[in-house]
Order: sequence, then C-alpha cells, then structure tokens
Amino acid sequence: MTVLNVISALFLLAGAGFCLAGTVGVLRFPDIYCRLHALTKVDNLGLGLVVVGLSLEAGSWATALKLFLVWFLVLISSAFTCQLIARAALRRGVGAWGGSRES
Amino acid sequence: MHELRTGVAFFLFLTLLAGLVRVIRGPTLTDRFIVAQLFGTTGVGVLVLLAADGDRGALRDVALIFALLAPVTVVAFVRFALGDAPEDAREEPRR
Repeated sequence: MTVLNVISALFLLAGAGFCLAGTVGVLRFPDIYCRLHALTKVDNLGLGLVVVGLSLEAGSWATALKLFLVWFLVLISSAFTCQLIARAALRRGVGAWGGSRES
Repeated sequence: MHELRTGVAFFLFLTLLAGLVRVIRGPTLTDRFIVAQLFGTTGVGVLVLLAADGDRGALRDVALIFALLAPVTVVAFVRFALGDAPEDAREEPRR
C-alpha cells in the first residue's frame, strides 16, 4: 500500500458514498424536482470521485484521459437532461412539493 | 486494491437495485424515468471500476458509449412525454 493507493481508495469510497446518498435521495425526497437534485449528485460527484480515484492509479495518461472523457460526457449530459426532465414535468403539470409529507 | 474496486462496484450495483423501488412506487411517469437516468450513471461507474482490473480495458470503451447514448434516451423520453406536437404550436404563455 503506497500513499497513492490510500488516496485512491479514499476517493473511491467517497464516490461510493455520494452514489449511496443520491440513491437514498431519489428514494426519499418528496417531489420530482428534489429527486432530480439528488440524481445529479450521483452524476457529478459520485462518478467524478470514482474517476479521480481510478485515474490516480490508472498507469498511463491515455487511460486517465479516457476516464475523464467519460466523466465529462456524463457531466454535460446530466446538466442538460436534468433541465429537460424538469421542464417536461412542469409542462405536464407535476406540482412542486408544498411542504407536507407524501402519503 | 483489486478487492476494494470490486467491492465498490458491487456496492454501486446494490444501490442500483435499491433504485428499483422508485420505479415500483412511481407515482408519475417522470419519477419512474429518472431511475433510468440513475441506472445510466451508476452503470457507467460500475463499468469503469471493473475496467481497472486486468485486461478488461474494453469495458472503459463500453462506459464511454453508455455515457454518449444516455442523453439520447432522455431526449426521446421528453419528446414522448410532451407529445409530438411542434414546440411553438403548443407554447403556453410565459409566467
């Protein structure tokens, strides 16, 4: 176990934590807009931290760059698709959370 | 490190299965669809984790394709959810 291994492991575990938080958010948050917020945490930070952790010990620059390209694509697509889904939900008349708990 | 990567990949797979509960509970079509989005991202995470071991680097290319095609499904869903009418024909007054 080198220092790099430990740092990489920490990044991987943090990424897994964000993925768990995002899934719990999608399951527990009260309305679609809150759930979208939790969902984009998985896209941005969950996958991002996993990619950083993996690229630290990827071995070659080409592999690390490809990993970051994957993250970059997911980042862009999550930014646009979150907007699209929220807009579609709004057009379909899905109301925002009013403050009371769902039944 | 191999064990940790496999363990994290398995953990991500478990969170993916937990996300299925939202598909069952709904309540709206959009709620069910955002789980598909969650599946896409978590699936990409699982793939890049598994690609780090041995000579399975091809899985990284699969993850790349997944990341490229995920927005296509969303655009298709939004077109479906809003109907096929052209955008400007059904534009509601801005609030």
